[in-house]
Amino acid sequence: MEAMTTPSTELIVAIEDAAAASRTPIWKRLLRDPQFVVTASILVVIFLLGILTPLLTQHGPNDADLSMVNAPVGTPGYPLGADETGRDIWTRLLHSINTAAISAIIGAGVALTVGVIAGLIGGYFGAVTRASTEWLFSLIMTFPGILLLIILMPVTGGDYRFTMLIFGVLLSPGIYRIVRNLVVGVKNELYVDAARVSGLGNLRILSRHVLFVVRGPIIIAAAFMAGSAIAVQSGLAFLGVGSLQIPSFGAMIASGFRNLYIAPTQFLWPSLMLGVITASLVLLGNALRDTLEGSKPTPVKVGAGQKVAADGVAKAHASGALLEVTDLGIAYRGPSGQPREVVRGVSLSIARGQVVGVVGESGSGKTQTAFATLGVLPPEAVITRGSILFDGQELVGLTDAQMRPLRGKAIAYIPQEPMSNLDPSYRVGSQLVEGVRSALGLSKREAKARVIALLERCGIADPQRTFDSYPHQISGGMAQRVLIAGAVASRPRLLIADEPTTALDVTVQAEILDLLRDLQSELDMAVLLVTHNFGVVADLCDGIVVMQKGEVVEAGPATEIFQNPQHDYTKMLLGAILDEGSVRADAPAAAPAEGILR
Amino acid sequence: MSLLEITDLRVSFPGRGWRAKPVEVLHGVSLDVAHGETVGLVGESGSGKTTIGRAVLGLLKPSGGTIGFNGETISALAPRQRRRLAKDIQVVFQDPYTSLNPSLTVGDILAEPLVVQGATGKDARARVRTLLDQVGLPADAAERLPREFSGGQRQRVAIARALAPQPKLIVCDEPVSALDLSTQERVLDLFIDIQRSTGVAYLFISHDLTVVRHISHRVAVLYRGDLVEMGPAAQVTSEPAHEYTRKLLLAAPVADPSLQRERREARRNLAAA
Repeated sequence: MEAMTTPSTELIVAIEDAAAASRTPIWKRLLRDPQFVVTASILVVIFLLGILTPLLTQHGPNDADLSMVNAPVGTPGYPLGADETGRDIWTRLLHSINTAAISAIIGAGVALTVGVIAGLIGGYFGAVTRASTEWLFSLIMTFPGILLLIILMPVTGGDYRFTMLIFGVLLSPGIYRIVRNLVVGVKNELYVDAARVSGLGNLRILSRHVLFVVRGPIIIAAAFMAGSAIAVQSGLAFLGVGSLQIPSFGAMIASGFRNLYIAPTQFLWPSLMLGVITASLVLLGNALRDTLEGSKPTPVKVGAGQKVAADGVAKAHASGALLEVTDLGIAYRGPSGQPREVVRGVSLSIARGQVVGVVGESGSGKTQTAFATLGVLPPEAVITRGSILFDGQELVGLTDAQMRPLRGKAIAYIPQEPMSNLDPSYRVGSQLVEGVRSALGLSKREAKARVIALLERCGIADPQRTFDSYPHQISGGMAQRVLIAGAVASRPRLLIADEPTTALDVTVQAEILDLLRDLQSELDMAVLLVTHNFGVVADLCDGIVVMQKGEVVEAGPATEIFQNPQHDYTKMLLGAILDEGSVRADAPAAAPAEGILR
Repeated sequence: MSLLEITDLRVSFPGRGWRAKPVEVLHGVSLDVAHGETVGLVGESGSGKTTIGRAVLGLLKPSGGTIGFNGETISALAPRQRRRLAKDIQVVFQDPYTSLNPSLTVGDILAEPLVVQGATGKDARARVRTLLDQVGLPADAAERLPREFSGGQRQRVAIARALAPQPKLIVCDEPVSALDLSTQERVLDLFIDIQRSTGVAYLFISHDLTVVRHISHRVAVLYRGDLVEMGPAAQVTSEPAHEYTRKLLLAAPVADPSLQRERREARRNLAAA
């Protein structure tokens, strides 16, 4: 696809909302999220208790006092009681927090260091490097984690810190995969190319341009990894693997478990603390994800059709026109709350067999108007007012089921990006047959014959071969012909074409315009052509509607508007078209002193 | 002597699949750009015009031929030596939405190449102010993120980044294709103004003959990896010698219904002939 497409109105709304959001720093946005504030505070308080252990306790973690065996809660000097060997539970709980913290730091730290570095290298450099890191991490993933930690106990000497170091390595493939995939995506971005052209070395590009962009998912993963490191350390200690001298949640739970019938609260305290810590870490990770990656859109009801504001629909008078749009308003509700109208009171009408071009720059609302007519506005959009009459029938407020008999039959559509409108996993022919059958209720064989005839009519030299091809096997121009064939299969009365040639080369564009013109006169279709290109309008259209910032500024017959534009904006647009005759006349700028002129 | 001298440039990409033959996308292209000159490179998708630009920028390795810059062969330089050329050869890409790092402020984006070339932080900041002024952006733009700007403004930032090290040549890869019509004209005029005041040369790649005609002194037409025609802009775009160029000229619709009707007829006659 050669020509770039200008951004859509939705994108512009999203960008403006993102811009508003970007002015508040990330930490401020995090502080506004109650989930983040609560979980982060819980974790801070817990780990602060761990740090302050020497000040808060009177005993050592392994000081046993046989007179205190299974002492109840509230015994003086033993606020939470003592365990089966007379050790203070409060003291052991606080020491366990430190054990958990160190496990989390070592486990997640090693996983991050190994995973991030290997991910950056594996994703950024050539195929050989990528294949070898890939192989290495696949190998690591095949190790049975917990079992390996237990088997390696003699090597680690029972020290949980060594165990966590190994566990970190075992966790690293997860991080490696995240980072590698992100880097593979980012490294082909133009700004990385631009950095390379600016003379930056690989190290600087990786640290500044790549790592900086992919940091969000890494921070999120780190929160989850910390949680799983704590859980695994506790699990191993519960099984009694490793040094028994180290106070940890797992060891405490095991001891409490043995005493469950004698002193059930011994089991409660460490379980509660472990549960709160891991739950907080997981919820913290979720809160980070929502803030750093933008929260997921709220689910919408399927099949309800486009949203319409309660007081929106105004009954319009049916006129003779095929399509009559009256005072249409469309608003978007951004994440920042307030609805923003992107189409403001647009009226236009198209007679039977007439070709009308809707022209405007990006953000003018031209595509939104077309989408509203098709009934395919995105769920965030709301029709605030106005009416759309098609052949006397009101389209605003219809459900998807009520819209279905019209779409694809009476109203057809040609998109801007032909390739992204064909499903890559089905053959071209079967996609067309499916559409034709649902629109016309033909048998499979009739539909196939019809499609092949249509493909031939749309200028495809070898229709059977195209019929049997997958979308990636045909060119962009061919794909657009295929979609046009599909659109006109049901002899629609109205064809809505959204920038149908913008993504195509000029020579292909000329052929597609020829095809559209021929089909239009042959089928006597009305066409609503959305475009930014005045040349395309001049080639095809009877009437023009000029839109600016969601409003119609001028409408009329094409010849009149081209010869005698009334509105300043139309004049500006026509004036901005680069003059056909003008060629750059001035000589090349003088060469600098050290250069030699040819 | 020319500033940029491309001789018999060939580029191949590895073929798809196991032991597939490499696909050659440029079959020996030769062209040159003089100091302070704009050479327009026109062609359709798959013509190899972007590939030429990327080869000049050192983003891909040619499989044959040479690229000379200022009398030195640059097509076979090691990456480390190649980086030295960053001062002299710069780029403006097509898509202003992906060519700026979304998480760096405009000031950081512009200062980075300067700092890499050894400028102090203070010098770089002063230069950033001059650059923003040169491309017509307000001084406070430096503290903002790229996503706070429109397409046209972003492309100005990209132009400022290219101008930062005061290069001798800027490769412009479809720099106005993603912009609205009215913005397009203003950005093109900015390119011309900058060329007049700094004497930088442009290798201007575009699929749009009208755009190329507006800015180029000479125009080269590419078709499927071959250079089919090269000459002064006026000559190539009004009396094209090659049939493909003629076809390209007639295919572009003109914004006047009656003129366009005539052009359509001419194109159909050419196709029928």
